[in-house]
Amino acid sequence: MDLGDIVKGSPPPAVVHKPKPHDSAAKHMTGEAVYVDDIRTPAGTLHAAPGYAPIAAGRVTKLDLDAVRKAPGVVDVLTADDIPGANDASPKGIGDEPVITPERIMFYGQVLFVVLAETRDQARRAARLARAATAPGMPMIDVDDAVVADSTVLPDYTFERGTPEDEIASAPRQLGGEFRIGGQEHFYLEGQVALAVPGEDGDMYVYSSTQHPSEVQHVVAHVLGLDSNAVTVEVRRMGGGFGGKESQATQWAVIAALGVRKTGRPCKIRLDRDDDMMMTGKRHDFRVDYKVGFSREGGIRGVDVTFAARCGYSEDLSLGVVDRTMFHADSGYFYPTVRILARRMRTNTVSNTAFRGFGGPQGKLFAERMIDHIAYSVGRDPLDVRKANLYGGAGRDRTPYNMRVEDNILPEIVNELERTSDYRDRRRALAEFNASSPVLKKGIALTPVKFGISFTLMHLNQAGALVHVYRDGSISLNHGGTEMGQGLFVKVAQVVAEEFGQELDRVKITATATDKVPNTGPTAASAGTDLNAQAAMAACRAIKERLFDFIEQEWGVGRDSVQFREGKVIIGNRAMDFGELAELAYRNRVSLSSTGFYKTPKITWDREKATGQPFFYFAYGAACSEVTIDTMTGEMRVNRVDILHDVGKSLNPAIDIGQIEGGFVQGMGWLTTEELVWDSAGRLMTHAPSTYKIPTASDVPEDFRVALYESGGNRADTIYRSKAVGEPPLMLATSVFSAILDAIISLKPAVMPRLDAPATPEAIMRAIRATGAGDP
Amino acid sequence: MSTIALKVNGKDVSAEVEDRTLLVELLREELKLTGTHIGCDTSQCGACVVHVDGVAMKSCTMFAIQADGAEIRTIEGVAQQGALHPMQAAFAEHHGLQCGFCTPGMIMTAIDMVRRLGSDLDEATIRHELEGNICRCTGYQNIVKAIQAGARAMASQ
Repeated sequence: MDLGDIVKGSPPPAVVHKPKPHDSAAKHMTGEAVYVDDIRTPAGTLHAAPGYAPIAAGRVTKLDLDAVRKAPGVVDVLTADDIPGANDASPKGIGDEPVITPERIMFYGQVLFVVLAETRDQARRAARLARAATAPGMPMIDVDDAVVADSTVLPDYTFERGTPEDEIASAPRQLGGEFRIGGQEHFYLEGQVALAVPGEDGDMYVYSSTQHPSEVQHVVAHVLGLDSNAVTVEVRRMGGGFGGKESQATQWAVIAALGVRKTGRPCKIRLDRDDDMMMTGKRHDFRVDYKVGFSREGGIRGVDVTFAARCGYSEDLSLGVVDRTMFHADSGYFYPTVRILARRMRTNTVSNTAFRGFGGPQGKLFAERMIDHIAYSVGRDPLDVRKANLYGGAGRDRTPYNMRVEDNILPEIVNELERTSDYRDRRRALAEFNASSPVLKKGIALTPVKFGISFTLMHLNQAGALVHVYRDGSISLNHGGTEMGQGLFVKVAQVVAEEFGQELDRVKITATATDKVPNTGPTAASAGTDLNAQAAMAACRAIKERLFDFIEQEWGVGRDSVQFREGKVIIGNRAMDFGELAELAYRNRVSLSSTGFYKTPKITWDREKATGQPFFYFAYGAACSEVTIDTMTGEMRVNRVDILHDVGKSLNPAIDIGQIEGGFVQGMGWLTTEELVWDSAGRLMTHAPSTYKIPTASDVPEDFRVALYESGGNRADTIYRSKAVGEPPLMLATSVFSAILDAIISLKPAVMPRLDAPATPEAIMRAIRATGAGDP
Repeated sequence: MSTIALKVNGKDVSAEVEDRTLLVELLREELKLTGTHIGCDTSQCGACVVHVDGVAMKSCTMFAIQADGAEIRTIEGVAQQGALHPMQAAFAEHHGLQCGFCTPGMIMTAIDMVRRLGSDLDEATIRHELEGNICRCTGYQNIVKAIQAGARAMASQ
């Protein structure tokens, strides 16, 4: 073999684009993978349990903790008075989320005190013994309460183009409506948990199940009155996150650290599931009011929509979440004139937060609801109205925030799925079925997804990595992203292995830790791989630059004649093990360690003026769902789902298909079975999986066809031309919601009933009754 | 407090337990077998499934004292002599996991499913049998595939 020939061509990638298993798969098989609750705790570790407010609004007038302190095993009790620094767990440090509330109660379940005991059981039992005297206020529970009271966490915000009210008024057809979109509990299978261990000089080492270790670090420091360099936060993996551990993990890590500060002993907290569901934020629920003007064929002329979001008692991430609702209120459709107004309502409920899609799914659901409404009113197949309103070329390519959609592939994706799902034939077959089936009715819908990739808070679009090569050629990888099951770690490791031409098993993936890579953003916005893989590649390339220089100096071979591949380094006509080169480089005093940094190029966003290009690119997809409903009971089954989704050139198709399947089912749960219910006193009535219905295996359609869209890759210059995949597939599930509506409409065509999300059997029955079908 | 004697993953174990100590607490806190997970605390999610005398059981729904004299197998005892059980191998091969938190319970349930229903499992049966095991990540597709493949592999062993 003439090695000289080999180095001329660039070899195809050997590790990226391959369906590599999750990096921890083997450990998950045997139970060896360690979550925070599995870490062997140091001797003397205390366990913390929260005591909480028994009302949704008002004040604590007296908190009697005598019985708590005297309970077996209790070592200490934390109250607001024990907080040395700022009593604030809010992500922005604006003081609206007390770690332990001193007096004022803002939601049912707010933490009033924390018990520290020898065992978790003792701490939880003791927490029940507190006697709190309260002066209750009048709680605002849902969006309507807050609208009446004009109570908001942030000012209203609007996107506006043209004069939609004029266009709507002068359009041949107009319609409007109101509907509700429910929230969603994350139900990460591993609940909130943290373990804090004291170090020297008052330092704190915190193991936290968090998507945002840097924020936990900064808030712990802020609350304890320490510099950030005194606090280290580590997370190897989470048992699911879905956005529920972006800001919501912080409070519990802070409480563990406060326990350490007060007692000098290690301290752990793992929330009971019912407490977790009661005390941590969820997906925002909305009231949506809209008006639209359109042509006789259903072409949209103007849209005027108002979103009112239940944000809960504090701001948390509601600025970005509800902005993203606005950014995605277009789904994939061009609105010639438009006004999108969003109101962020403050209520006496838990503070709603990030959840996969970050507000986007709610915006998109509105758009699909509106399109369905238009289609049924003009008597056209909703798919035809969808296609007629998709973004197009010049003149039809500006979003409501005036960004040009330059990479649109929705027409191609929708057409291809229409064909592969056999939509038209099935539409005809379904009409025949419905004509002969008095009770069971079928519906079908094909809906597009267009999701903007980048954090809309610009400074979060950065990442860091740290790569070491050891003298034996083994590689250690660290970066600021966190692993919650999404496969980020294996994807980044694939990129690193590819850079050095090594097998994947030569790359050791290490736990995310704030003392290795500092000042990171949350692992969120689907951007984990886009950001961290680029940072890791930059670190690898810095090391390779030094190796190229060393090789040139040692053997006189230029970089064009050097390749890292198949475990070897090929240097002109010479091949050596990577480890051999590493050893030689070490002996010649070449540094084999580097940090890497990446910031997303091109993006700009001026929120004040609502202009810029907030997204580096869009991820696209489409889904076609068919359902059957029982019009006597409201029961619903999804019969078949076809998905075509765009992940660019996939870094790991097995991981990406898993994200698509899982995202779709999670979205389907949000829109069909997962219903959050608060009573008028502000108590969450659905605080366990017994009453809050998460999809099980039997809820998933047996006929579930997922395909990746074949493309030349992302048009934006992303890592190996791949696309982000974490959140977009969740929105494919709006096809189920539209299909349910389609089935209901078949009872009485052209009567558009109100259908709220989730479309539970009760909601479906309400909609059926609203059509007046079967009325004499 | 009572003293109980049981066999866990083939080893004799005796332990002092309170009457209200749950089996999962004994396994995780005393025996440090942390592969058995606690997801919902209320016997619904199935992350804590172990085998008690060969039968799948949610270990958060059983007192440790009820396991006196029983033979317990946890996820740590499924692989034999360092070789993965065919069901474990099938979950790995078919990407039957994402965050991995539900995986041990899924595997224990799957092995018991094959014991009760045989190795020729159709998809509808598997889906019905999995109603006591929640996975929040995968949408179950790869889990169902893995169980079908694992069941077949168990038969050919």
